[in-house]
Amino acid sequence: MSTTFKIQESHIKTIHDICDSFNNDPGELINVLHKCQGEFGYLPEDVQREIASKMKISVAKVYGVVSFYSFFTMTPKGRHAISVCMGTACYVRGAEKVVDEFKSQLSIKVGGVTEDGKFSLDCLRCVGACGLAPVVLIGEKVYGRVEPHQVKDILAEYND
Amino acid sequence: MEKINLTIDNINVEVDKGTTIYKAAKKAGIDIPVLCYLNLEHLNIENRPGGCRICVVEVEGRKNLAPSCSTECTQGMVVKTHTLRVLNARKTVLELILSDHPAACLTCSSSGQCDLQDLSQKMGIREIHAVENAKVSTYRKDASPALNRDMDKCIMCRRCETICNDVQTVGALSGINRGFMSVVAPAFEQDLEDSPCTFCGQCVAVCPTGALTPFDDTNRVIRALADPKKTVIVQTAPAVRAALGEEFGMEPGTLVTGKMVAALRTLGFDKVFDTDFAADLTIMEEGTELLGRLTKFLAGDKDVKLPILTSCCPAWVNFFEHNYTDMLDVPSTARSPQQMFGAIAKTYFADMMKVKREDLVVVSVMPCLAKKYECERDEFKVDGNPDVDYSISTRELARLIKAANINFKALPDEDYDNPMGESTGAGVIFGVTGGVIEAAVRTAYELHTGKKLQKIDFEELRGLEGIRMATIDFDGIPINIGIAHQLGNARKLLDGIRSGMYNFHAIEIMACPGGCIGGAGQPLHHGDSNIIRARFDAIYREDAGKPIRKSHENPYIVKLYEEFLGHPMSEKAHHLLHTHYFEKHKI
Amino acid sequence: MAQYKMHLLVCGGTGCRASQSEEIIKNLNTEIKNLGLENDAQVVTTGCFGFCEKGPIVKIVPDNTFYTQVKPEDCEEIVREHILKGRKVTRLLYEDPETHKHVEDSKHMGFYQKQLRIALRNCGFIDPENIDEYIARDGYAAIAKIFESMTPQQAIDEIKKSGLRGRGGGGFPTGLKWEIASKNSADQKYVVCNADEGDPGAFMDRSILEGDPHSVIEAMAICGYCIGATKGLVYIRAEYPLAIKRLQTAIKQAREYGLLGNDIMDSGFDFDIELKYGAGAFVCGEETSLIHSMEGLRGEPTVKPPFPAEKGYKGKPTNVNNVETFANVPVIYLKGADWYNKIGTEKSKGTKVFALAGKINNVGLIEVPMGITLREVIFEIGGGIKNGKKFKAVQTGGPSGGCLTEKHLDTPIDFDNLIASGSMMGSGGMIVMDEDDCMVSMAKFYLEFTVEESCGKCAPCRIGNKRLHEILEKICAGKGTEDDLEYLENLSKVIKDTSLCGLGQTSPNPVLSTLENFYDEYLSHVKERRCIAGSCKALKLYTIISDKCTGCTACTRACPVGAITGEKRQPHVIDADKCIRCGACYDKCKFTAIHVQ
Repeated sequence: MSTTFKIQESHIKTIHDICDSFNNDPGELINVLHKCQGEFGYLPEDVQREIASKMKISVAKVYGVVSFYSFFTMTPKGRHAISVCMGTACYVRGAEKVVDEFKSQLSIKVGGVTEDGKFSLDCLRCVGACGLAPVVLIGEKVYGRVEPHQVKDILAEYND
Repeated sequence: MEKINLTIDNINVEVDKGTTIYKAAKKAGIDIPVLCYLNLEHLNIENRPGGCRICVVEVEGRKNLAPSCSTECTQGMVVKTHTLRVLNARKTVLELILSDHPAACLTCSSSGQCDLQDLSQKMGIREIHAVENAKVSTYRKDASPALNRDMDKCIMCRRCETICNDVQTVGALSGINRGFMSVVAPAFEQDLEDSPCTFCGQCVAVCPTGALTPFDDTNRVIRALADPKKTVIVQTAPAVRAALGEEFGMEPGTLVTGKMVAALRTLGFDKVFDTDFAADLTIMEEGTELLGRLTKFLAGDKDVKLPILTSCCPAWVNFFEHNYTDMLDVPSTARSPQQMFGAIAKTYFADMMKVKREDLVVVSVMPCLAKKYECERDEFKVDGNPDVDYSISTRELARLIKAANINFKALPDEDYDNPMGESTGAGVIFGVTGGVIEAAVRTAYELHTGKKLQKIDFEELRGLEGIRMATIDFDGIPINIGIAHQLGNARKLLDGIRSGMYNFHAIEIMACPGGCIGGAGQPLHHGDSNIIRARFDAIYREDAGKPIRKSHENPYIVKLYEEFLGHPMSEKAHHLLHTHYFEKHKI
Repeated sequence: MAQYKMHLLVCGGTGCRASQSEEIIKNLNTEIKNLGLENDAQVVTTGCFGFCEKGPIVKIVPDNTFYTQVKPEDCEEIVREHILKGRKVTRLLYEDPETHKHVEDSKHMGFYQKQLRIALRNCGFIDPENIDEYIARDGYAAIAKIFESMTPQQAIDEIKKSGLRGRGGGGFPTGLKWEIASKNSADQKYVVCNADEGDPGAFMDRSILEGDPHSVIEAMAICGYCIGATKGLVYIRAEYPLAIKRLQTAIKQAREYGLLGNDIMDSGFDFDIELKYGAGAFVCGEETSLIHSMEGLRGEPTVKPPFPAEKGYKGKPTNVNNVETFANVPVIYLKGADWYNKIGTEKSKGTKVFALAGKINNVGLIEVPMGITLREVIFEIGGGIKNGKKFKAVQTGGPSGGCLTEKHLDTPIDFDNLIASGSMMGSGGMIVMDEDDCMVSMAKFYLEFTVEESCGKCAPCRIGNKRLHEILEKICAGKGTEDDLEYLENLSKVIKDTSLCGLGQTSPNPVLSTLENFYDEYLSHVKERRCIAGSCKALKLYTIISDKCTGCTACTRACPVGAITGEKRQPHVIDADKCIRCGACYDKCKFTAIHVQ
């Protein structure tokens, strides 16, 4: 997926500006990666290379950090990113069945993106809305007390 | 220094404050097993991530077991190193490590010198608790011209990562991923060839398993030797003779030059030559280049590139091609001795023997893995035919000798063949840090001043300090010389030059600890600095014993210039013996 | 807050916002304007009330009316009836589950009666985005008092005397930690607030930061004064956007008021705070990992000692405390250590915030004095088990904790009792389970989490937890043996004994505590191939009750593997060997003829 990303001059400038705003301090790498992911939606190889050369850190180290933290991703998300909370509270209230339903409705695995790039499906740790368990996030929108049979209707909300 | 008293297995031990349990136990004569831990005394580097947990011991009053490699002794500490609890923990953890490690010891190139295998034997592992469908972590394999990476065998000791980053400052490797799939790899698990790797191979030298291994060229050599159409000649690098004996149980520092020549002849090489001959040739070219630049500099030429940097270490060449792309015109353009040998062999010698280039196979025996990469560089090929066909390491040569049933220790001493087997003491000392520059000084001094050296030994250039500096008096002109071994020290030296902190005329750099004697193709020294020291002394012993000790006095070198090359830096010499450098992709 | 007759407090926490609390605030404001009540009533967006089960909450003060599950369309009625006419909207009041009577005043709700709110004292009372409201409730009075009358050592002594222990998991005495950091001299020291709340099912830190960010800022400055640090860092989860925003606002306001920055309150003491973002790694809750992460590195732990108090962030002495610990600090100075140390048990002083979740009626955030029993928490505050099911276990301490059962219900909760019972306080997650929950599956769930979150640095945690998980999977799939149970136990103990950091040292707890308390359930999985709770799919046995089967063939058509056979209008049978336990037949059968065991 990441090979499709072609880095351009404007991207390089954006990356350099971000690095400069953190004084190119290697200690700020994680903050820089957050900003860059915010900018590009994900962290393709070329973006990591550019960050590394700008901040004078080896690419291996940058990749070591990117691949360590689950928040960082090297694949673009779907236009509507679905995240199912798999915190314990949600789990005991049936989050697994909800995930299964999303998987079968969308025919993708957890971590996958639908072929049309519309939806991506991920699990995440507790969002702290345990009162609403099980919780599903689509983009910024929170769905509480989701039951498997509601999944179809939820997805239908995103018909273009 | 404050003293700490403790008991280990009921033995009273007194140690300095700050000493770890592991070292204190060693002092008490107790060898606690370790796996990830590695103390590279000569580098002042201790790899102790505390990751393998094999070295755990019981400490009275402590809730859990303590990793002895990274736990400091405290006053009155009571340590037990082999209670049932400790032994069960070690064995269980070792079984866990083995459960995620291929059980392919029989065909593993590290078999017999694998720390993991040794430990399994010591701990008497006879079966691994089988978890049905237990997953094993597997990764992309990578075979570069110099070394193979098979991270399925990685146990996350992080030694390679420490060497690559903290010692060599190459930064090709890093811990990647998280949890069960975490491993050490280049960025994006790309091939080493696409990474800033210099192929110095020091990661291979410290790998406790078969995860990082040298690329094996022995089969290609055997096939060439068996081919009746081929004339196969071999060159041996200076550092090999000071270490090869170790592979046959000889004391470190034993010089085995004569036996090595005999063994190579027995193996079937048509001619056995010495890279030292090419080292003498290198001095002629590089020394002349140095003198040329110096003369211009002294004449007031501001554009002349100084200091001149040596260029015989291929890992160092790779390093500056990656990291100092703005300085590509600074190093000497002289090829390395291996490549000078190849170029002369496939022209001058081939003509002499009336052998066609493609029927002449040049093999080199090197203490080095980067040499494997070097001989595959395109600029060292003519119509696709390389000047040096195959480069094998000291360890590979030992294996060839063993496979051929040669009783190495019983071999008589034999001499190299001529013309490319004759060398001087200057050629020999290429094998140690400071040696190249000393050899260059011996020749440059005499050529520049026109006077004979009173004293050939330049003690001020010798030693095992990571960075050394000396000023040599060239008959009134002080020549400042810098020496560094290991790439991290090279970086320090070069950054110092960039910042204007240093002012040198010439600099010698070697990528490996101690120079080539500590190369990644040598018998493994496991961080024992005494071994490096013994090889170091052996090289200077060989030098001292040579009748001729200055490169320009090598009669066959003189003859080579007379018959073939003309003079140093001649057009022919330039074509055959010099090179240029390339900017490698940005890191 | 004095100029208005009434305040309408609306929860603006993440949970309630997810159920449209922003819309509610908008509607309330519109209605107040429509009725010209702008000078009488004010709507305040607060932090979490804790009673998330019944959110969104609208609380009216001064009469403490507590409206639950308010919808945007209810706003008009609330304003017209309650604010204008003084009549409570009964249908929105909380209904006591036992008496079925509406409770008018939150003080009489079972959920709040047994609570003692210290760390959460301001959550749900003040507008977290307004520093004046914090100051009005004695905010920044503690630090003023310290500057006026205490040396750093005296201030440390006060915390030591209070008996406050770290709320992040380990329970290390806070005062002692500060003292150690204060004694290590260096040109620069750091105060770090660990807000990388990672236990799935615990959200107290987030609620405090969302509801009362200034209490944390004040406490960090106090800590800085005590240990001699001028720099504070908050390491916060990037997944908490609201908490980040509120904290940023609070820091900005505190700077404007001279409560952060140079020469705070003319004391000559400088202190400022910056944020560092986590990026999704549970292991970063461990101090040394957290520090490496703040330094821009992989969040791998390192061997202690050296402790952060000696060599921490950038190699300098660093004191790390978590959010809840800090939130307790200002109160201790205001009310005195002697007041504080009278609350709780002998070795665990004060209160603890728990995130009550799972199969319980009142899901929410509660703060209770140490020493309260599980029974009180679950049955009185929590309102008992959902749907009248039977209590089975409560999991405390998140993935590092263990399961407590019926026999622990009357044990007073404190740090030491929980450890003695095979669990731990952790950060305060409390997940209640009922008879439908399989304890082997629960252990498997936690191990799955640990496997995902293990950093991979040390072998026992990296490989050992993976193997534990695989064995549990095997048992849940009906392929386990009694030998597996033995190996599970040995492996668990070795992992605890040999792992590098707190994650691995505690990760087998869910296995060990379920083995201890529910051994029979494990045994029935491996010996009888039965899951008592009926939750392990592979152990379900589908049979057809021939008396009920009409032979309609609906199940035969639904079965994806052809495991059901039978003549039309004759009772059918399921071939257990072919059956993949998908449950399709069960769903299709109109005559409840499919029996699941």
